[in-house]
Amino acid sequence: MAVMQAKADALAARLAGARPDEGGWLGKARAEALARLAPMGLPGRRDEYWRYTDPASLTAPEPVSAAVFDAKAEPRPFTALDRLKVVFVDGQFDAAQSDDLALEGIEIERLSLAGHAANHWAANLYGVLEARGQTPVERPLATLNSALATEGVLIRVTGKPSKPVSLIYLRKSNNSDAMLHHCIKVESGAELTLLENGPAAARLSKVLEVDLADGARFHHIRTQGRDHERRAVTHIFARIGAQALFKSFTLTANGRLTRNEAFIELLGADAVAHIAGASMGDGDFVHDDTVFVTHAAERCESRQVFKKVLKNGAVGVFQGKILVKQGAQKTDGYQISQSLLLDDDSQFLAKPELEIYADDVKCSHGSTSGAMDETALYYLRSRGVPLKQAQSLLVLAFLAEAISEIEDEAIADDIRNRLEGWLHRHEH
Amino acid sequence: MLEITNLHVKLAEEDKVILRGLDLKIGAGEVHAIMGPNGSGKSTLSYVLSGRDGYEVTDGSAKLLGEELSEMEPEARAAAGLFLAFQYPVGIPGVGNMTFLRTALNAQRKARGEDEISAGDFLKLVREKAKTLKIDAEMLKRPVNVGFSGGEKKRNEILQMAMLEPKMCILDETDSGLDVDAMKLVADGVNALRGAGRSFLVITHYQRLLDHIKPDVVHIMAAGRIIKTGGPELALEVENNGYADILAEVQ
Ligand SMILES: Nc1ncnc2c1ncn2[C@@H]1O[C@H](COP(=O)(O)OP(=O)(O)OP(=O)(O)O)[C@@H](O)[C@H]1O
Ligand SMILES: [Mg+2]
Repeated sequence: MAVMQAKADALAARLAGARPDEGGWLGKARAEALARLAPMGLPGRRDEYWRYTDPASLTAPEPVSAAVFDAKAEPRPFTALDRLKVVFVDGQFDAAQSDDLALEGIEIERLSLAGHAANHWAANLYGVLEARGQTPVERPLATLNSALATEGVLIRVTGKPSKPVSLIYLRKSNNSDAMLHHCIKVESGAELTLLENGPAAARLSKVLEVDLADGARFHHIRTQGRDHERRAVTHIFARIGAQALFKSFTLTANGRLTRNEAFIELLGADAVAHIAGASMGDGDFVHDDTVFVTHAAERCESRQVFKKVLKNGAVGVFQGKILVKQGAQKTDGYQISQSLLLDDDSQFLAKPELEIYADDVKCSHGSTSGAMDETALYYLRSRGVPLKQAQSLLVLAFLAEAISEIEDEAIADDIRNRLEGWLHRHEH
Repeated sequence: MLEITNLHVKLAEEDKVILRGLDLKIGAGEVHAIMGPNGSGKSTLSYVLSGRDGYEVTDGSAKLLGEELSEMEPEARAAAGLFLAFQYPVGIPGVGNMTFLRTALNAQRKARGEDEISAGDFLKLVREKAKTLKIDAEMLKRPVNVGFSGGEKKRNEILQMAMLEPKMCILDETDSGLDVDAMKLVADGVNALRGAGRSFLVITHYQRLLDHIKPDVVHIMAAGRIIKTGGPELALEVENNGYADILAEVQ
């Protein structure tokens, strides 16, 4: 009882003073989210789903002050790519830095301007996938986001836009507390590549709801700013139709706390969902990937590939599940989570799970944790490669499987160059 | 080129002594062969020279071109011109063979204060060398030694040697695991590199390789030392009679 009370109190404290607009379809969705949230309360350390990561700094009424990181001359990700830029600064839309939101084959609207529109398509998506994602495990921080988020983008894709949409999250304040909520609907046969980068705020909560109609294709590549002090909790909820393709890759570096949750449902036959992450933590940082993939239709394929490089006390967490429902025959499920521990101070906590109710399926999972291969290091050095450079090469090699999940070569190169840049700066 | 005097080596973690007063001197442009029973310390010698962790030099010295090797990092030894073709080449998942070769070549050039090789020149060079060793393009793209057959790994070692153009090449049983044709390829690869003052130390169990790579000097190693030194005829003697006579003679 005391635990429930603490969760309810945490929620009450967090909601104190919040006055979300109650009008329009968005107001209705917010009210529904609040109603769902009340019996859940906010998560605490005693929750099974938060066993490895302490949510206190995410649930607290105020964010912990976080110094803005100076990335110096380091180029921002994706700068060389032709893309449609949508810029947010500390969670606020920045029109001056953003491109014109018009692009053929796609409609992009701001959440804050669309909430009162009549018959808006997003009324059937906003908070809807998030609500589906509350069973079998509750995700109250996502519901809180549905209840309070005031900004985000609503993207409906009807064709094949000529360039990716790039959401850029800048931050200038040490105390910003941003909530962003995006809805993306990719219609049958349409395609979208979505890029995200930047730290966004001292504390960020972000929800991305993705609805893929039959045959739709969605590529998602994000980098989560390497501000040392920032904290972030993000949720992806995806509903995937027959023969549709969903691919998501995340690069995470440092950040005091990052919890990335994904809840992915394969609902139509022959659908594909790949979700991958590469993370590097050097210091007092926690990276948590919590992934739940449900196979609810025949012949679907899912892959979860998560690689973490940890040193100087960094903590990596992976909780990954594949649920194969009855009737989801010929499921092909794969899950791998691995950590490379560069010293004895770092730790990797992994909880891989399979739950299968169909008899004709192929599912495999593996989780490993280990140090750098000394023999490989010696071999490289014996060929003249200096120690630090050899270590960098082996770190990149370790992350390669996750990065190879990025289909677009130019984007993959951008990510690789970025990693190489980071590693290179540590080589001296 | 290489001058080893009274070298004593033990395992760093244990009290096991492996090399017990080894002497060996290889002049510029010379080809020496070492033969010896299993476990006599041949691979240990090659590891110690190239700078592998886990060994401790307790006495004696090993100098490359007058420089004490034990004071150099493995990468510095490589940049100074030392190359070891491994008895058991190491697989590196996730690192492409081409990337590996280019990284190594450029690192050595950088260490010597030379410019990096251009991408185009590198490609041309690697294709040309790979072709003579019958290494196909697909093998160059694959991760280093991952899924390579025993013989492919050995040819890959020689490719690295050909690319890096070291001054002192140590070949540790490069012939074992090779079929007759591959042995010829490897030997041709080595012979193509002979000259220009380049020296070789060929560790082998079989006379056959030495038919192709004609050594100037043959050493017999046993229990951590060179116990006999002679000309190519010494290898023939081992081939015909084994080590028993030589070992008896020394004792
Ligand atoms: N790291 C180690 N730990 C334990 N013993 C070792 C180690 N390295 C070498 N040795 C031992 O030292 C001895 C010499 O080994 P080494 O591999 O140098 O022999 P070799 O002459 O190359 O033999 P082969 O002809 O079989 O290749 C062997 O008895 C071996 O077991
Ligand atoms: Mg040996």
